[in-house]
Amino acid sequence: MATSSERSPPPFPDSEDQDVLDSEVVGGRDSDEDDGEDLFMSASDPPLTEMDATLPPANEPTDVLMNLPTDIMDAPLIEPVSSPSESKPASEVVSEPSDDFVDLTNNITDSPDDSVAAEIAVADAAKDSTEISLDVPTEIPLDEPSDDFIDIIRSETRAPEEEVVFADVTVEAPTDKSEVTSGTTDPPAEGETGENAEQAAKETSTAPVDDLFADMPVSNTQKLPVIDKIVDPLVDLLSDAPPAADAKKPSQATVDLFEDEGSDLFTEPRQTKSAKQPQKSLFGEPDEDLFGEPLGATAKKTISKEQKEKSVMTKAAGVSSNIGGPLQDSNPAEPADIFTEEAITSVPSIKSTSTVNSKTNGVHSEEETDIFAEATVELSLDSPQDQRKREAAAKPSVSAPSSSGAASLTKPQPAALEELEEEEEEELEDTFEILVSVKDPEKIGDGMNAYMAYKVSTQTTLPMFRSKTFTVRRRFSDFLGLYEKLSEKHGPNGFIVPPPPEKSILGMTKVKVGKEDSSSADFVERRRGALERYLQRVVNHPSLIQDPDVREFLEREELPRAVSTQALSGAGFLKMINKATDAVSKMTIKMNESDVWFEEKLQEVEAADQHFRKLHALVESLVVHRKELSLNTASFAKSTAMLGSAEDNTALSRALSQLAEVEDKMEQLHQDQAANDTFSFAEVIADYIRLLGAVRGSFDHRMKAWQRWQDAQTVLQKKRETEAKLLWANKPDKLQLAKEEIAEWEAKVTQFERDFERVSATVRKEVVRFEKEKAKNFKRQIVKYLESLLQSQQQLIKYWEAFLPEAKAIA
Amino acid sequence: MMEEVKEVTSILSVHGQNVKVTEVLKDGDTLTFLIVSQKLSGTGEYHVDRTYDDFEWLQQHLFSQDDEPGIQGVIFPPLPAKAQVNASAKVVKQLGFLALGEWQPYCKALEIFLRQIATHSILSRNKAVEIFLTSSEPPGRQRVRKNIFNRLSQAVEGMRKEGHKDVDEFFQTERDHNLVLTGYTKTAAERFLDVVLTEQKIAVACGHFSAALRLCVEAGEDPDKQAFSKACVKLSELFESMKKNITSVAENNVNTLGLGLDLESRYQEAEKEMLFRRTCKLVELETARRNAERAKPVKKAAMEEVKKATETEFKHICGVAKQEISRFQGARVEMLQQALVQWCEKQLLTARQNADQFNQHLQVFRGMA
Repeated sequence: MATSSERSPPPFPDSEDQDVLDSEVVGGRDSDEDDGEDLFMSASDPPLTEMDATLPPANEPTDVLMNLPTDIMDAPLIEPVSSPSESKPASEVVSEPSDDFVDLTNNITDSPDDSVAAEIAVADAAKDSTEISLDVPTEIPLDEPSDDFIDIIRSETRAPEEEVVFADVTVEAPTDKSEVTSGTTDPPAEGETGENAEQAAKETSTAPVDDLFADMPVSNTQKLPVIDKIVDPLVDLLSDAPPAADAKKPSQATVDLFEDEGSDLFTEPRQTKSAKQPQKSLFGEPDEDLFGEPLGATAKKTISKEQKEKSVMTKAAGVSSNIGGPLQDSNPAEPADIFTEEAITSVPSIKSTSTVNSKTNGVHSEEETDIFAEATVELSLDSPQDQRKREAAAKPSVSAPSSSGAASLTKPQPAALEELEEEEEEELEDTFEILVSVKDPEKIGDGMNAYMAYKVSTQTTLPMFRSKTFTVRRRFSDFLGLYEKLSEKHGPNGFIVPPPPEKSILGMTKVKVGKEDSSSADFVERRRGALERYLQRVVNHPSLIQDPDVREFLEREELPRAVSTQALSGAGFLKMINKATDAVSKMTIKMNESDVWFEEKLQEVEAADQHFRKLHALVESLVVHRKELSLNTASFAKSTAMLGSAEDNTALSRALSQLAEVEDKMEQLHQDQAANDTFSFAEVIADYIRLLGAVRGSFDHRMKAWQRWQDAQTVLQKKRETEAKLLWANKPDKLQLAKEEIAEWEAKVTQFERDFERVSATVRKEVVRFEKEKAKNFKRQIVKYLESLLQSQQQLIKYWEAFLPEAKAIA
Repeated sequence: MMEEVKEVTSILSVHGQNVKVTEVLKDGDTLTFLIVSQKLSGTGEYHVDRTYDDFEWLQQHLFSQDDEPGIQGVIFPPLPAKAQVNASAKVVKQLGFLALGEWQPYCKALEIFLRQIATHSILSRNKAVEIFLTSSEPPGRQRVRKNIFNRLSQAVEGMRKEGHKDVDEFFQTERDHNLVLTGYTKTAAERFLDVVLTEQKIAVACGHFSAALRLCVEAGEDPDKQAFSKACVKLSELFESMKKNITSVAENNVNTLGLGLDLESRYQEAEKEMLFRRTCKLVELETARRNAERAKPVKKAAMEEVKKATETEFKHICGVAKQEISRFQGARVEMLQQALVQWCEKQLLTARQNADQFNQHLQVFRGMA
């Protein structure tokens, strides 16, 4: 520690440069494309676009979530509050024997509060945390006997002060924010105002709040290594912290930063303030600076990587509770790796660093590692169970900024968890979180104006819904309308929006005409199943479930009539898909694919599409034969019955009549088998043919984004040429205009490039998710199919066993 | 009759029960059947090869035993229709179950035909049977004359005589009953054939699906892809075994109840023919009686002679027919019972095997998680 503080003065310019550089370059850093940076780039975008889209409906979600936040916040509040009280005595005890430690511990004791704030993040976070951070500086100087530490502590105290300054500087933003956030606890009116606040306000608000949070957790984390007693609550916090799992993204950045600039940061204790202020003004990329600085701060204090990790986690909790959603949305999902990497690398590094700082940390270094291990282990292990809790915690926090934030928040969670956890847990999630069933198809109206209405029942444990079960009535076009809305909103972002079954004029006409024959009943049942699977896919999609339209569809009693779907008949739908496919193939030729992965995937998707179509045709023919078998069995049963009735020999006659009954039962078995084939394979394969269309659609959207980017680049190129010409022609008045245009187009190019990257990342993730789901779904279907097959076979055995004595009794 | 039965055993030099049609050889368009029968006199076996023409030769010889009293009262074991290598749709329809597979059901039907003849008390006494079963020379290569039992003539006369009122209530009942049963049995056999054919179609469809599934295997290191590919392969295996299962179900159907119903249906036809022959004779007798009554004194004696002869013949026929009918009733019930029991047992076995296999597959899939 002493060494670090001694070294502190010189390298400030370096780091500042870097910071400034970072912030200036913002999204344009093509050169060194870390994953982390990609994330950030994309991170900053979504709020813009998504908030736009979801601002008005955002009010409702907040209403919905009104009750929840209070509970959730109570819990964290109580926990951390008690933990500091424990930690304080402990730190006092420690402070007496060890001067070195006093400051640290004091810091630490305060920091829990901070962390509490960070945890609470949602509601009062902004305000509380400023207060808390004000406390920190006041307390710290009092407890400062140690010479060695004065510098450090000052630096620390200043850091908080800076935060305070920060808070002041960005007063409006945080207050906006706090209003928004308080919307969860306060009447919705406030929330509304907050949400209605201008986008700019939001943008700024998120950034400063991030700053605050980011800094706070840094200090929080210090308590972790030192005080054992707090460990548990902390761990709880960590594991409870909704987006804790998402930490990987920021952590990646921090790790990078740490490794690259760590030494600079160590030696730069006080300049943080000056470094920060530029950041503040450059909101475009607050995260990077944030992470850099807090890191520096942590590094100054204990130089332990572990702390940083923890800070990262808590920070992530804080950060992501605000802008977490959008951030993680575009996260290319390598979380598990990062996590494990960190887990692995950090443990040794802790030890090494702690030995370096043996004076201060040496005693605790072992515990630190333990704690850390425990923390991570618990994080990864408990996460499934805590999932709900976390989500509960996550939801309120997210709901405040905007529902779009919420929309994107939960999605990365499962994504991260998927990587971190076993599949079962996923299934748990799948099966228990939300179940949608479509039941009781009913024909409403007469003649050609008739339509089918279905009961849509939802069973859920998700806190975002008002009740656990609810049922609404929806007609077919409503389902199509939902798809329209979803694909319009999420399609361009690269999401694979599950498609509903096509309109079938033939099938529906039969139903309308009122023929109560088996084919129309079969049609209705098939469609009902398809609609159910479609809805279940939608709600299983972590992003789509968050969409207000989905919730409205599931919950609201009356839905405005979907109009546009009228035109979307079966043929039209197919045409649309074909068109998209054509467009994709055309564009692939034009696009020199930089990413082999996409090229391969596209080919795979095409091949899979072919295969599935073939499979579908084969299964359908199998089903036809099964139905034929059931018919033939029925007529055989009939003729056996006739034969039995005509037979003179009583025993034979009896046996034949019995046989007729057995055959009748077998007919039912064959019929069930046909239905089983249909619903286990034919329909599922049909679903996947549709889904593959959607996958191709998402590729198409990526292609479009690429096109936009390329077009913008071409325009930019032209503008530059014009500028060169003007420059040569020496026309300063026009030159100014040209320069402005260039700036404008440069921004656009970066914007479009980022869009493209983001869409690419999303598509990639979606395709991976799709494949995972596909494999899982098929396995599940097959198991189900086999079970029913086995059951019917056992039934068959029973029938034969019952018949055998009858046959033997003849003679 | 009983004495005759004892005589029978001594006439044939082979065990009638053990006649087997073991093989079928395709030689161009003709099918040659290998017939194996065990010698009574010890351990040797006769191996002869016979074509369908030889079978027809045998049948004709049996039909035309004019010296045997009451031969027309015999229910002749029915010879299956002629099988052709590239059979037309019509022939296939006529053959029914016998056209399935690689002629195994057909061989089985021929085997049953031969056994029925070789164990028949009257028919087995015919020299032709011995020749057919033991002579190394194929007997039937030269065409035999069509005899009175020509089916064509039957069909023409049938229209007229079928409805003829019987003098004997037993035969009247039997005729009515036979008429009903013939129709129903035929329908049942046809329906059952439909079932079997559909099962075969399903087997083919399962095979196609299984093959197509194998094409869905995706290369790649990705665990999800591998899981999917593995699922595809396993599912393909499942459908392959389903194909086998349904194939064996269809085979069971053919080899037990299918053949049984087919035989029953043909035997009912044979009984119908016998009853018809008797009816013809009855008509003949009635005509003779009328003629004798109305005859001028000059011709009276001759007419009485004819009447007497016809009466004796008719009596013989009725005697044989009654025996044959009661024998047939017993035999067909036993045959049908056997068919049903075997059928049931085989299907039960197959179903159990199926269940076992499905269970194994299910375990595999559950284990794949």
